[in-house]
Amino acid sequence: MNTWFSQLKYLVIGTLFGIIFVKAEVISWFRIQEMFRLQSFHMYGVIGSAVMVGMLSVWLIKKFNIKTLDGETVVFHPKKFNKGQIYGGLIFGLGWAITGACPGPLFAQIGVGATVVAVTLLSAIAGTWVYGRFRDQLPH
Amino acid sequence: MTILEFLQQPWPWYIAGPLIGLTVPVLLLVGNKSFGISSSLRHICAACVPAKVPFFQYDWKKETWNLLFVGGILLGGIIAGSVLANPAPVAVNPQLVTDLAPYGITDFHSLVPGQLFNWPALLSVRGLLMMVGGGFLVGFGTRYAGGCTSGHAIMGLSTLQWPSLVATICFMIGGFVMANLILPFILSL
Repeated sequence: MNTWFSQLKYLVIGTLFGIIFVKAEVISWFRIQEMFRLQSFHMYGVIGSAVMVGMLSVWLIKKFNIKTLDGETVVFHPKKFNKGQIYGGLIFGLGWAITGACPGPLFAQIGVGATVVAVTLLSAIAGTWVYGRFRDQLPH
Repeated sequence: MTILEFLQQPWPWYIAGPLIGLTVPVLLLVGNKSFGISSSLRHICAACVPAKVPFFQYDWKKETWNLLFVGGILLGGIIAGSVLANPAPVAVNPQLVTDLAPYGITDFHSLVPGQLFNWPALLSVRGLLMMVGGGFLVGFGTRYAGGCTSGHAIMGLSTLQWPSLVATICFMIGGFVMANLILPFILSL
């Protein structure tokens, strides 16, 4: 099968995912402010139930050794601890509360018509680049 | 009420959350892919400005699926923001309305507040800090942490990775500090 065509399914999954993001108002700056001010349960409910469903799915996949559509064994990538998860995590948290968006919602925000968020996205790409450039000098 | 009108309402957390969670098994079973969004920013760097930085020297074309996935999110935003758009303002906690009023944020009609995030605002200190500064922190922080809300909080916790729990707790601490202690100062600029 043409590789481009077989990859199109990710575009479709992404589109559905983007629609859910917008309709759940997860991409709303207001909802993020409510979350960090403990003024609404909404975001906690979204993230909490997403994690629950994710956990249950992964447990089922492991328990019954469910294969991928191509018949492969599902591969999990364990994450190794390093101090970056602390420093980077705190830095991302600061940015999340300012922009009201993690990386996924940035794309969706542009989609709903907030075109200026393209600047925020470019800046996020620049941030990723600067991290990559100075990675060796940063504590991990 | 038509189906379209039904879909145009904001979706409650107990519908949206589980659907977001389902992305984990869908990506795993469809193509053995681990759910994660911030990596796309790295792939964009690797594709466009690798500049001989070792961190960006890898075959990003193998990760095309991730770029298509975020392209889909953008497309989903366009569809949800037009056909499925909710005409009513975002229903926020009245306390937040009171909290934001002194900073001139009074319009709750769009998900992204137009009074804060708009092109002319890029020329103001507040706008520059929020859009350019905030974006930089998001991109730098997620890569430094090795993931964002999707890769760590959802995928990482789903696979019971304790480093992801550490990262998620730090995301929340950073967010609480910013929203409650620093953002009021930035908003007043």
